[in-house]
Amino acid sequence: MLYRESGDFSSSYAEDSQTFPIKFDRYRYYFVMFIAIAVIPFLINDYWVNSLFLPFLIYAIAAIGLNILVGYCGQVSLGTGGFMAVGAYACYKLMTSFPDVSMLVHVLLSGLVTAAVGVLFGLPSLRIKGFYLAVATLAAQFFLVWLFNRVPWFYNYSASGQISAPERTFFGINITGANTQAWATYLFCLMFVIFSAYVARNLTRGSVGRKWMAIRDMDIAAEIIGVNPLRAKLTAFAISSFFIGISGALFFAIYLGAVEVGEVFGIQKSFLVLFMIIIGGLGSIFGSFAGAAFLVLLPVVLKIVGVDWLGWPTDIVAHLQLVIVGGLIIVFLIAEPHGLAQLWRVAKEKLRLWPFPH
Amino acid sequence: MNMKLKLTTLALGVTLAAGPAMAELVFPSLSYRTGPYAANGIPFADGYADYFTLLNERDGGIGGEPIRMIECETGYNTEKGVECYESTKGEGALVYQPLSTGITYQLIPKATADGIPVHSMGYGRTSAKDGSVFKNIFNYPANYWDGASVAVKHLLDVNSGSLEGKKIALVYHNSAYGKEPIRTLEELSKKHGFELSLLPVDHPGQEQKSQWLQIRREKPDNVIMYGWGVMNQVAIQEAANIRYPMDQFMGIWWSGSENDVRPAGEKANGYKALTFHNVGDDFPVFDDIQKYVVGTGKAAGAGDQIGTALYNRGLYAAMLAAEAAKTAQGIHNTKAITPAQMRDGMEALEITEAKMTDLGLPGFGPEFSVSCENHGGNGLVAVSQWDAAADSWSLITGYEQSDQDVLTPLIAEDASAFAAESGITPGC
Repeated sequence: MLYRESGDFSSSYAEDSQTFPIKFDRYRYYFVMFIAIAVIPFLINDYWVNSLFLPFLIYAIAAIGLNILVGYCGQVSLGTGGFMAVGAYACYKLMTSFPDVSMLVHVLLSGLVTAAVGVLFGLPSLRIKGFYLAVATLAAQFFLVWLFNRVPWFYNYSASGQISAPERTFFGINITGANTQAWATYLFCLMFVIFSAYVARNLTRGSVGRKWMAIRDMDIAAEIIGVNPLRAKLTAFAISSFFIGISGALFFAIYLGAVEVGEVFGIQKSFLVLFMIIIGGLGSIFGSFAGAAFLVLLPVVLKIVGVDWLGWPTDIVAHLQLVIVGGLIIVFLIAEPHGLAQLWRVAKEKLRLWPFPH
Repeated sequence: MNMKLKLTTLALGVTLAAGPAMAELVFPSLSYRTGPYAANGIPFADGYADYFTLLNERDGGIGGEPIRMIECETGYNTEKGVECYESTKGEGALVYQPLSTGITYQLIPKATADGIPVHSMGYGRTSAKDGSVFKNIFNYPANYWDGASVAVKHLLDVNSGSLEGKKIALVYHNSAYGKEPIRTLEELSKKHGFELSLLPVDHPGQEQKSQWLQIRREKPDNVIMYGWGVMNQVAIQEAANIRYPMDQFMGIWWSGSENDVRPAGEKANGYKALTFHNVGDDFPVFDDIQKYVVGTGKAAGAGDQIGTALYNRGLYAAMLAAEAAKTAQGIHNTKAITPAQMRDGMEALEITEAKMTDLGLPGFGPEFSVSCENHGGNGLVAVSQWDAAADSWSLITGYEQSDQDVLTPLIAEDASAFAAESGITPGC
């Protein structure tokens, strides 16, 4: 009834190619943006920011990044944790070397550094595909973690090998360190999420994204119709790593504040982000958000329900969570390989036909 | 995207549902009963919980004020640790004991900003001993550098006073925790003329073949281990496999629990570990635990860890927290203390033999007192040895003090670096 194309006329090319062609979707989008920017910052406290919003927003950026590579360009990567570590260590080195520069610049530069590293490790993708590429990116994961553990320059020769974020500001407001306000860190991360989602969405709709998808669907055919595989694959690696680098920088500087590379950016992180896009939906920006929200929320909700309400022992709830996540991944792979995003798509399709479905 | 909507409604619902109850003394327990470190996390968490249960059941809490312990599973994972910290701090948490060096590093700035004390007993950042810089962080009665120093002292004793030309290998968990002693050991190797070789083991530590192959090849005179969780069992098993003499193999206190040596069976006989408290269950307090905690069916976990090394350490940690709370109640003349008052109590804490005897723990730990300048106690550490036939640990030395000539300048250096980095003006 409300959700349909009819009556919504486009009178310019810009209107015709907008992201949300249906009016209801558009208003929903504006509404969510309004809530996220103008309502949530006034309501949240430390708990909501540090337990839910920051991990959700930061993982959403990482999931968008990985989705570009895996979902859109079809290059399987298990190096996400390593690339996030590059972002984090780049950010740390920049923060400590140039204390007076705004955090915005540091985070963006960390993304660029990671993009360069991503291209370097993306080079083998020109020769190898599928599982073999997955193994090559796995090597990147282990190599990068080893490197940051091994070379003291990266952690400024600190005795413990940890990196800790000093206090840095953005327009005079504390963004990192201990004395931050919940709303400030939230808005800072939200800004990057909106930026990443906007850029990723528009890249994937444009010629660059179409080239990626052509490579994903059949690389030989894509090459024959004039897609340069070198450029397509390397741009996918670069842009994907750029976002993953940003998320790594935010993860370290804003969310955790102190990081130990082996523990935080280990192989589990790579798998976690991969699970996010599998559960959320490969090749979908909305899926990246849905997957990140799902895997960040699930443990917290389970903990609140299991430990706080039902009074179960904490270890049972922690084990239950592993069982549930594992089970869900199998269920999704069998029942809905396209993830939560596909469920959403089907729901929208049904809404369009409602109340007269075929 | 509509997740955000759901989140907001959820947020409102939960904040309304969970109002903080301030009439109790809240002690959060950031435990880990799952994952590769569970074997060591469970006994500690059980000991910590049982001591508070005992106080509640026997004395009605601390100074008549009931204790509420909130357990939160971290899995030794820093992200979950942050979540646990944020979700419990609003409940009026008095002190955090995260039992993880990584989580301690996270909490140092956060807890300082929130004015909540952290007690990292025998772990965490060693330079937190300098209370003029780390105002809210305590690491009494001993820290990693004390451990390294006493380990070397013990080796000096065994080798009749000289380590000249000896080779000592450090097998360590490749994390902030394992890297902590390196600085100290390097200084000590200069002082005593031994050769130090470093063998990092990556998390979680199930794979150590190459490290022990190297030990087999280099034949170091002694091996010191800074391990935790599954890494300990594997290391001791590997040492047994290459027939490394167990009495030349010594672990820090985190590598000295029953769960670490039992898998190697008879072959682990003679393995040494440092400790800063006594072992076994031959103390009057354990009778009370049997009567009030086990007898009433309120024992934490499976109840099968009572009297093990790490259970005792959890109990010791809870005892020190309770004593600090008592001290705070005395100082501020109030029963319902706040985290800031708890901090004052910890800073004025004094543990004497008479006090420990009163608590049913005679000779359980060294005597020490905390002051603003010294948040780390006196660094008294003993060496224990595993007897596989008797299936028990026993102390083979008395409590020895670490080499303060080496440690004091190192601590001052690291603390002043932290103060400069985070803009703290040291002062008492």
